[in-house]
Amino acid sequence: MLGLTKKDFTMFIVVIVMVALAPFLLNPFPQGSSLAQMFNAGYPDLMQRFVIFGILVIGFNILFGLTGYLSFGHAAFLGVGSYSAVWMFKLLGMNVIPGILLSMVVAGIFALAIGYVSLRRSGIYFSILTLAFAQMSYNLAYSVLGNPASNFNLTNGETGLQLLLTDPRILGQSTTPDGSLPVTNFFGIAMRDSYDLRMGDWLFTFNAGYYLCGVIMLISFYISIRIFRSPFGMMLRAVKSNQQRMNYTGLNTKPYTLAAFVISGIYAGLAGGLLSSMDPLAGAERMHWTASGEIVIMAILGGVGTLIGPILGAGFNEYFKNILSKINDSVLHQWLGFLPDGIEDFLVTIIHPFVGKGWHLTLGLLFMIVIIFLPGGLVQGGQKLGRKISGRSRRDAAKAAEQSKSAAE
Amino acid sequence: MSNSNFTRRGVLKTGTIAGAGLALPTYLSAAAHEGFTNAPTGDTVTLGFNVPQSGPYADEGMDELRAFELAVEHLNGQGDGGMLSTFSSKVLDGTGIMGKKVGFVSGDTQTKSDAARASAKSMIEKDGAIMISGGSSSGVAVAVQGLCQEAGVIFMAGLTHSNDTTGKDKKANGFRHFFNAYMSAAALAPVLEQLYGKDRRAYHLTADYTWGWTQEESIAAATEALGWETVEKVRTPLASTDFSSYIAPVLNSGADVLVLNHYGGNMVNSLTNAVQFGLREKQANGKNFEIVVPLYSELMAKGAGRNIAGIVGSQNWDWKLENEKGDRYAGTNAFVQSFGEKYGFPPSQAAQTCYAQTLLYADAVTRAGSFNPCAVVEALEDFEFDGLGNGPTLYRGGDHQCFKDVIVVRGKENPENEFDLVEIVEVTPTDQVTYPVDHPMFSGGALGSCNPGA
Repeated sequence: MLGLTKKDFTMFIVVIVMVALAPFLLNPFPQGSSLAQMFNAGYPDLMQRFVIFGILVIGFNILFGLTGYLSFGHAAFLGVGSYSAVWMFKLLGMNVIPGILLSMVVAGIFALAIGYVSLRRSGIYFSILTLAFAQMSYNLAYSVLGNPASNFNLTNGETGLQLLLTDPRILGQSTTPDGSLPVTNFFGIAMRDSYDLRMGDWLFTFNAGYYLCGVIMLISFYISIRIFRSPFGMMLRAVKSNQQRMNYTGLNTKPYTLAAFVISGIYAGLAGGLLSSMDPLAGAERMHWTASGEIVIMAILGGVGTLIGPILGAGFNEYFKNILSKINDSVLHQWLGFLPDGIEDFLVTIIHPFVGKGWHLTLGLLFMIVIIFLPGGLVQGGQKLGRKISGRSRRDAAKAAEQSKSAAE
Repeated sequence: MSNSNFTRRGVLKTGTIAGAGLALPTYLSAAAHEGFTNAPTGDTVTLGFNVPQSGPYADEGMDELRAFELAVEHLNGQGDGGMLSTFSSKVLDGTGIMGKKVGFVSGDTQTKSDAARASAKSMIEKDGAIMISGGSSSGVAVAVQGLCQEAGVIFMAGLTHSNDTTGKDKKANGFRHFFNAYMSAAALAPVLEQLYGKDRRAYHLTADYTWGWTQEESIAAATEALGWETVEKVRTPLASTDFSSYIAPVLNSGADVLVLNHYGGNMVNSLTNAVQFGLREKQANGKNFEIVVPLYSELMAKGAGRNIAGIVGSQNWDWKLENEKGDRYAGTNAFVQSFGEKYGFPPSQAAQTCYAQTLLYADAVTRAGSFNPCAVVEALEDFEFDGLGNGPTLYRGGDHQCFKDVIVVRGKENPENEFDLVEIVEVTPTDQVTYPVDHPMFSGGALGSCNPGA
């Protein structure tokens, strides 16, 4: 079906269902309960982030998972895409389509230039080159191209590029009749419009922007499956296993790696364009090297070289980042209120360093646990769990693992 | 399994779902209960406190959070009531806001615009916050203020000192109690003239973002009007922690005053570097070399330790104000007492502005009789009040900026204790720091109209 094997098709359907039903799946707790305040993730901004970062890491995985080239500068493409889209909203109009298209084109050109230079080297040298390019882009965006006092203010520096009431927007309107900024829309459907569904105590939010991102993510995911299964994908995997041998047999691998680099750059640009479409502000810190590092971490967390891994990794990272940073002492006291005072205070003191401003620490620990016990990422965890549940004999399990491994690649 | 999707039933089913999906957005509305975003429904109302808990301004952020918690306590009738008793408007009675108990959520801005917006968005979309407050970086404040305008909630800016917040980036839903770079410059200039004379050569080191730029512009304009010369303006990244490579060139630049347009952790580090390079003992052009830090705070003084002695700057408020300058600044002692009792040390100016903003919001809602942002905006515009520690204050309707006295301070040579690090040199009256709404340093933006959201 759709040119996919039965196994891939099943996985694709599962992903489609998950994306479609995310507002239900992510809001398991009734509105207003203290569990909901912490663990519910079904609000538009976070759901959008899940799928947008999913796209970003799917693209990254086409490069890193298939060719083994570890790019440490993918955030640059994300940032370039974001800026392009915001400029489209400033100059052309608030429809998201031109913004998204331009972000992909600009990121693609950017990736072509950076890839052409960086791919002359492989291994650690390649990583360092991409890192250097990304930091260069960051500094240009942060300072050189972002000074409001100069005549050439492309990025607006640290404040970030934002929409103004005075922007031209030649195909749209500069200001709405009631004197505020127009909102980003998809042919009239505003991205931040939501439909709230109340079912008893539960509240489910269906957001227009989320579903647009979701559909684009599914298309990206489908393309990525096709690339993984194509002769082109096979060639990229050959590059990963032994590039030198391929060169000796007379194959020029550079066009293949460059193509993979540009494709993953376009994916990152698309993600940046979508981020700006959901919230029209682009900041330079999107290009910072820590942002690039986060992409690598998401990919490794999920499972490098697997199809579904990137989506899981991106979701895991964004979820815990959001949840942990918002727990403060008063929330803890509320949770542990049933305990005697002394024990309550003691527990709050113990947990305190790991939440709120300490969210980095907890996230770091979670990464370590995943990497130590599941070197294959969350996908490997899923496989282990599946095997435990099915409870087959060891030999069957080994066989199944073999199969799922080859399928997951 | 693959073919089953193309049965008649399957197609019909899929078609219905797809149709419903497409039709959905046409009657979308963001929870339109009472015609504005996040109208409080139960017996509680949620405020969002979005402060930096990591990054160069983390110290200020933590102090802001303390003040917010204290303000919520006082609004709910717990504690000693703090400034509620001195506040000139008497509608707040300790029963929450309009009878609804005040709850709050907090988040980490990481001193980054992107992260701050994500955090504020989750407060608005998930926790149903009706008002967002906080700041500590003008870049962040400007970004979050824009978000609040779009989402239709009120933004009560915390510590943000850039001219742009109520200048070219001002928004109808955003309000600032804190003073700004222009006011700092206007208050500092006469003191600098008196202390260091009319013939000086200044070297600016500036944090490279909206606040640094506007402060550099304001200070340079004010000092050049005195007859000073600006030798060089150098921009430093906000995330820098070591400034020695920026300090070294100062020595041979021919300058005799160093202006540090830095704040928080940045300023602590750059000042320490400057002192290590011996700038304080240096003679240039036959005069003593001087360092000026236009925006000052006790938290920075604490961080910089002995290096701060003798260095001049300006502040929005100081905890010793009422004791030293009389009861024009009533409210100061009440606030310092309840803050001190709860946390064991006096509050910083960041804490005071956040506390005042929370009270001002609660008061405006109560006076307006509605949580509707447009009603709140109306209640706050051109509101005159007193008793929040800054003396008589005006919330100007034209740009949503508060106008009040500005304090010029100096690092103490021999501090008596670890909290008594700065001395008040002078209090500059409101008239001297007031400017017209269309002043060139503040032009280029428009408030627009208030947005109540869906």
